[in-house]
Amino acid sequence: MRHHKLALCAPHYGEWFVVSTQRAIEKYKMFTRAERVLVAVSGGKDSLALWDVLTRLGYATDGLYVGLGIQGELAYSDQSLARIREFQAQHVPDATLHIVDVQETYGKTIPEIARASSRGHGKPCSACGLTKRYVMNRLAAERGYAALATGHNLDDEAAVLMQNTLHWQTGYLARQAPVLEAGEGLARKVKPFCRFYERETAAYAMVRDINYVYDECPHAVGNLTNFYKTLLNQLEAQSPGAKLQFYTQFLKARRAGFFDAPSSDQIALRVCDVCGQPTTAPGRCAFCRMWDVAAPPNDALELGNALSAQDAWTAASARVAENMDLSDL
Amino acid sequence: MIEITFRHKKFEVKENMTARDALQKIGIDPESVLITVNGKLVTDDVILRAGDVVKLVAVVSGGSAIAR
Repeated sequence: MRHHKLALCAPHYGEWFVVSTQRAIEKYKMFTRAERVLVAVSGGKDSLALWDVLTRLGYATDGLYVGLGIQGELAYSDQSLARIREFQAQHVPDATLHIVDVQETYGKTIPEIARASSRGHGKPCSACGLTKRYVMNRLAAERGYAALATGHNLDDEAAVLMQNTLHWQTGYLARQAPVLEAGEGLARKVKPFCRFYERETAAYAMVRDINYVYDECPHAVGNLTNFYKTLLNQLEAQSPGAKLQFYTQFLKARRAGFFDAPSSDQIALRVCDVCGQPTTAPGRCAFCRMWDVAAPPNDALELGNALSAQDAWTAASARVAENMDLSDL
Repeated sequence: MIEITFRHKKFEVKENMTARDALQKIGIDPESVLITVNGKLVTDDVILRAGDVVKLVAVVSGGSAIAR
């Protein structure tokens, strides 16, 4: 870790990583051991490492996986669920894994709804982000979790910060923080890994023998966030610590009031006519408009229509076995 | 020569240089990968020797969108 001028052996690296996570949780007052935390898991290194670390630290956690129906040559979504179930069996056997399969629940996969809607200019990333944020928030809020924890790392945060700074998106800058407080219908959102480099979370996953999805989403290739990550990495190569300083100094400026967030009454949140979730637009929220949900549904998060974890696992395992050879991953 | 494997591609570099220098030679951003030599995770200042089996692991996030 050139930015810390620190090199550690595997056992001490694992200890350092866990202790540093605890320090971030305390520094930003994310949650306590008396509270239940929902960890959003994708099957990638960050989210699985996060679930592992929080469990080792003694926090009460459950997981949430949103099945997106993104397959392609890699059977990406099936592979992701397979990795999560393997991780759960080995590392967090006592935790609950919530699974919301988008196609089972809303009738289309993410690529299908992206093609059917006008969001994203032909790329599914916008539809995917909207759907994941909606499902994660709703389940966390309705199930009474104290916080929704995501595996966003420093590279994610710095790339978004750079993007928002270059476009002077002051609204987004005001809301970028390690903790987003709860509001009416909005779950509390926390990012315990926000100060870890992407390489650090990957190294932790390797040290812990976590078998994560190595491939990136087939739709993420060439996306803007990865472009900004590449630029920041070039900066980091010349100036170790540049990414960390960029982000932490932003947080310091934010605390000093340089990016005052508008208060909730200025934002004027309304309630969606269909699902009752908070929205800034009158009528239906962006999610219900995109999915063309017209009436209060028996939708997924009542979970009557959602796949049970076991059913989803069985189906995904069968498709993975049929479609791909996992030995080379 | 030493063979470096990254995402099913193979590259060749001369031995006795650091892993970081080797990555720069083959045009791979050292910040975007982890380096394993003979199956073990190593730091990028390790000297690559003849016979080493070098594999790179990409560290890019797997998600399809960054939730802001």
